[in-house]
Amino acid sequence: MSVVKLKRPELSVSDKLTLPALFKGFLVTLGHAFRSLKGKSRGAESLNGSGLGVTMQYPEQKWDEQMPDYYRGVPALVTDEQDRERCVSCQLCEFICPPKAIKIVPGEIPNEDPWAKVEKRPKEFDIDMIRCIYCGMCEEVCPEQAIFLRKDYAVTGTSREQMVHDKDKLYEIGGKRVGLVNKWNELK
Amino acid sequence: MDLTFLIATSIKIGLFFTIVLTFVAYSVYAERRFSAIIQDRVGPNRTMIPTSILGFKNDLKLPLGGLTQPIADGLKFILKEDFTPGHVRKSFFWLAPCMTMVPSLITIAVIPFMSPIAWDNGETTISGAIADLDVGPLFIFAVSSLAVYGIAIAGWASNSKYPFLGGVRASAQMISYEIALGLSIIPVLLVFGDLNLNRIVQEQSANGWLLLPLWNEAGMIWQSSYWENGGAQRWLLWIPMVLAFIIFSISIFAETNRTPFDLAECETELVGGYHTEYSSMKFALFFLGEYAAMVVGSALIVTLFLGGWSLPFGLDGLLVDDGAFPLWASLLHMGVFLSKVVVFILFFILVRWSIPRFRYDQLMRLGWVVFFELALINIVLTALLIAKPTLDKQGPNVFWISMAGLAVFSALMFLLAKTVDEIVGPGKRTAPKSSPATAS
Ligand code: SF4
Ligand code: SF4
Repeated sequence: MSVVKLKRPELSVSDKLTLPALFKGFLVTLGHAFRSLKGKSRGAESLNGSGLGVTMQYPEQKWDEQMPDYYRGVPALVTDEQDRERCVSCQLCEFICPPKAIKIVPGEIPNEDPWAKVEKRPKEFDIDMIRCIYCGMCEEVCPEQAIFLRKDYAVTGTSREQMVHDKDKLYEIGGKRVGLVNKWNELK
Repeated sequence: MDLTFLIATSIKIGLFFTIVLTFVAYSVYAERRFSAIIQDRVGPNRTMIPTSILGFKNDLKLPLGGLTQPIADGLKFILKEDFTPGHVRKSFFWLAPCMTMVPSLITIAVIPFMSPIAWDNGETTISGAIADLDVGPLFIFAVSSLAVYGIAIAGWASNSKYPFLGGVRASAQMISYEIALGLSIIPVLLVFGDLNLNRIVQEQSANGWLLLPLWNEAGMIWQSSYWENGGAQRWLLWIPMVLAFIIFSISIFAETNRTPFDLAECETELVGGYHTEYSSMKFALFFLGEYAAMVVGSALIVTLFLGGWSLPFGLDGLLVDDGAFPLWASLLHMGVFLSKVVVFILFFILVRWSIPRFRYDQLMRLGWVVFFELALINIVLTALLIAKPTLDKQGPNVFWISMAGLAVFSALMFLLAKTVDEIVGPGKRTAPKSSPATAS
């Protein structure tokens, strides 16, 4: 490989005098200001800007279309096509969860139940959404592919109790997963 | 000390004080919005009037574009916990915020916000400044540089290292730039031959703004009477005036501790600088003191260089009624003055969001090696230019010989400054004499 010698750009006289260089800087910032006021900032279109700069103004504008496929929203439990709870309450997610947001009370499936062979299902399954950091470890660790991070992001509540998602709520968000569910090929 | 004077002065105090405080509050808002626009953001744009806490059903949704934000900010500052850390020196800790805020507010006393109003059928004129001092700029310098005591005391009283460093930096910076600031307006005062800010503005109203001498008492620049009436002299003087303007504005930036000179509080190195330990309203006083200094600084620059309250192109002459300005004209002038100040404040903000902070040794070198010398040379240059007619009478070459003398003088000055800077200047730490110890 031949060596290409690059010449370092020298400071021009106007750069050395500082003041002209400062005015060049003003032109850059003022250019941004004007483009921003006209709603023509670079990237405003692809980012669906509100008309002032590139910012999307949240409650009025939502970024659901712009949301990337890999987005990690709230964790939720899913059932399979026969409405069976996939979770077997192995508690792996409870133990992996870094901020300890998950609390599971495991339960046994009675013998007369058609799914008695599965042996266990959660009696209670709470995820404290104030603690959850949306890391996705629970999804990754789950051997039964029962817990997934969905794209929902607007989790609100007026008290701490409301921010705890119980089992019903988790299944409501998660819904039913049909077909081949494979956590590594994204199917959200 | 008659009644009219008393009443007029109290009205002026109330009015100008309110105006400046409003300006301070809204320049914070302007800073946030303008910086947002520069950075392709939106900024605070949806503060509403919270009528719901007054028992109404909904908040009043007026399309104000966030104009009530300063009120919300102020409320927030007042309601926050005022925490005084245990390790501070209490009395000074309390004194410092006031000492930064108050000087800036005192200095507005001498700035003419509007033209003098004729009263009593022209019997008395009410000056446009609260106090029509004959030493206006000197008063401003004397008082405004007191603000550094606030910063230095805050740094010392906080009794912790970052504020202390901030305070030390602020005092060193203030001393360096105070000199350039004072020296740079001497040429201006030479040209006006006056230290009364109101008369300076009146002079500019008649003879063209210092930076824009496009007209004088005899006519506009395109009329020959302008040139016969000393127009050429004005343009000759324009060069040192621009120099003075540049030095003065930059020194004002340094005086007000704003970027690129905000080394006293730079977040990246000193956490928050001198106000690290402050919270709530005490912090707000520092914060607002900085903005008040900026407003007063802009007002001073506008007054000295850009014609204060006067309209351009001698339009003030049209407003004169019976040899003085009627009340409405004065109010119009106040509007003119305030709009000029607004433009300058916006410039301050633009600078803050365009230019990165100086390194400390660069800052010191700029102050001592560049501005100090430039300001000195500028004084001599202006004096020579003013004296040119007299010198020309003494002989054809006297003026040019003195100019050559000035050139030699400047070269020597810069040489001296550079040499001193090489030897003892900041950032020029000499390498240790002995060779560094090697690991054995
Ligand atoms: S996403 Fe992370 S933090 Fe949230 S519940 Fe799952 S493991 Fe816990
Ligand atoms: S969600 Fe998955 S990892 Fe968590 S308890 Fe149920 S089966 Fe185990």
